[in-house]
Amino acid sequence: MSQLQSVTLDEIKHLVSDRALEGETMLLNMGPQHPSTHGVLRVLLELDGETIVNSIPDIGFLHTGVEKNMEAKTYTKAEVMTDRMDYLNTVGNNLAYCLAVEKLVGLDVPIRAQYLRVILAELQRLASHMVWLGTSALDLAAMSNFMYTFREREIILGILEMVSGQRMMTTYIRPGGVWRDVPAEFVPAVRDLLKILPKRIDEYESLLTKNPLFIDRTAGIGIISGADAIRWGLTGASLRGSGVNYDLRRFAPYSSYEHFDFEVPLRTDGDVRARYLVRIEEMRQSIRIVQQALDKLPEGAIRSSNHKFVPPLRSEIGTSMEALIHHFKLWTEGFDAPAGSVYVAVESPRGELGVYLEGDGGPKPYRVHFRTPSFDNLQVLPVLAKGTLVADLVAIIGSVDIVLGDIDR
Amino acid sequence: MSTIDEVITHLAEKFGAVISEFAGEKSLTVPAEKMLAFAQYLSDEAGFELLSCVTAIDYWPQETPRFHLAYRFNSISRNLSLNVRVPVPGVRPVADSLEKIYYNANWQEREVFDLFGIKFEGHSDLRRILMPHDWQGHPLRKDYPLGYEEPQFTFNFDEIDLRKPYAKNRDGA
Amino acid sequence: MGVEQKLGEMGVVTAKLEDLVNWSRTNAMWPMLFGLACCAIEMMAAQAANYDMSRFGMELMRPSPRQSDLMIVAGRVSRKMAPVVRRLYDQMPDPKWVIAMGDCASCGGVFNNYAVVQGVDEVVPVDVYVAGCPPRPEALIHGVITLHEKVKKERMKDWA
Repeated sequence: MSQLQSVTLDEIKHLVSDRALEGETMLLNMGPQHPSTHGVLRVLLELDGETIVNSIPDIGFLHTGVEKNMEAKTYTKAEVMTDRMDYLNTVGNNLAYCLAVEKLVGLDVPIRAQYLRVILAELQRLASHMVWLGTSALDLAAMSNFMYTFREREIILGILEMVSGQRMMTTYIRPGGVWRDVPAEFVPAVRDLLKILPKRIDEYESLLTKNPLFIDRTAGIGIISGADAIRWGLTGASLRGSGVNYDLRRFAPYSSYEHFDFEVPLRTDGDVRARYLVRIEEMRQSIRIVQQALDKLPEGAIRSSNHKFVPPLRSEIGTSMEALIHHFKLWTEGFDAPAGSVYVAVESPRGELGVYLEGDGGPKPYRVHFRTPSFDNLQVLPVLAKGTLVADLVAIIGSVDIVLGDIDR
Repeated sequence: MSTIDEVITHLAEKFGAVISEFAGEKSLTVPAEKMLAFAQYLSDEAGFELLSCVTAIDYWPQETPRFHLAYRFNSISRNLSLNVRVPVPGVRPVADSLEKIYYNANWQEREVFDLFGIKFEGHSDLRRILMPHDWQGHPLRKDYPLGYEEPQFTFNFDEIDLRKPYAKNRDGA
Repeated sequence: MGVEQKLGEMGVVTAKLEDLVNWSRTNAMWPMLFGLACCAIEMMAAQAANYDMSRFGMELMRPSPRQSDLMIVAGRVSRKMAPVVRRLYDQMPDPKWVIAMGDCASCGGVFNNYAVVQGVDEVVPVDVYVAGCPPRPEALIHGVITLHEKVKKERMKDWA
């Protein structure tokens, strides 16, 4: 374990050109500790001068064994692991996992809980895009945006903390609903945020969108066509930047997304700039969704009343013997799920986040697999980077918006 | 052939696949030797452009079939999704690679190879992807232990401390 | 001290060498720009406008281990990453300190399995452990200040 693994050229010689074997081109290692790889990504580059001939991503430096570890926990307890995969989209991970559990055991979710899920998932999408905007602009040496986006992100994290008690790892969405009802300050706080956000997004844009330096670094770089992008399994904003209209909130609506009116932004250029513009527009659409969900937010229950799977409210335990028994059983043994498998996908800020969940009749998942968007999106890096300059590589990595925790799990 | 049910019935007849249903969703179980032709047909004729997910499930100690490969195909143009399962035996687990048809199968199959030890024939780059390349075993197999380590408490402090040669003295030095 | 009353306004300060060195070490402690997982995002938040770690002389994150004094291990360390962390630590020039940020880096956190090193202190010596999953930026800043206090107590005879 204390030995650094050494990779000989023999193992990867089918991935580099013949010129590398003769020593004509240079092999350069980038990462796993590099400021612009957004985590612990390692890329092996084959360079001809400054031009990238081949790039070979090496991942797994953050492999956490989430899938195996979840098999050893009950359905409820396993949920905390999902937060820590894609740490910029914690609410979305919870949502995907809970939808899978609900589909597996056949649970209904009250409409208020569904709307709260949508609000929080969209706020998280905004926060995630803010981190992306800040860091990917930072890679291109635009420092100010990082300071601005993190300023607004703190407000969103404050709201998440208000409802769940945690800034990042909320575990607020639970199978059958949400953890508890939102406090009275929640709606005014979100409305205040929505009031300032459109102007702030204009502010981000005024620094970048028409900035000639930024256009030079992004336009026409890392191009992929729509047909190729699908074959490479690209999803999310990276796919929509190539003109393919595939958004799971529309393709297979979940959690009442069909109740809301929003547009799916599309660009046809397929380059770094197109992906940037799509994400900026997505932030505006997220604001629209949150606004509508707040306006329509109904009163009522926040979790299912099926107490075979969902713990009863704390207030009921004091008065009802049955509620006490359910509470005890659920927090000691957990619930049994039927034998069978489901696949549920949600639109994470990065693309299609799929959960494959299989039960075996017991209280623990038999197999959980996450189809994570960054995993497939990173795969396309060699295609995007071929023939570009080394300096463009950081722009490309930033534009596909990878999160290493999402890739390695 | 517009609804998913019609597509599934058609595919089942054409490739001798078995239809099963769970939680309101049908899935197809395709024999391993027909999977390559099946995927080619899905891609070229049936309009399923996107391979979302490839994963495996280990049914150890059951041996035939020990593994199931689970695929998820999406058709963006027709707004359809399809679940496919492929049984793979426990001795010499081999399946056909879909890399030539769906390019992103490359890494997905490498992951299955890394964590389950299922080999894919026709794969261009079958190396470990998540684990270090000299790792022994395939972690997601059911006969591979989770690798639990005892947490450090007062009663076993010294024992665990031996594993941490770099932990500094607890007196605060 | 006490000389200053006799010297008057001559602009001379007297102090122990130890104190001076420790003071200068704490006030220009450059952390390595090195994020692993979730905690790295909170580390970035600690650097950003709201928390602004540069108030403590730490605004300069160095991407190169050769230029940094402090390694903040922000996140879980996998078995594949552990040798890399060790090499980075070895590349840092002395004197150097390590903060284990978050539960995963301190003790493995919620991940007790084959892939995660149960505490980065199996690989590198740790000076300060910061609890939390992930710790709030304030907690990280508290950890850094704790480290500063520790450094200020270092004695010259213990320097290698």
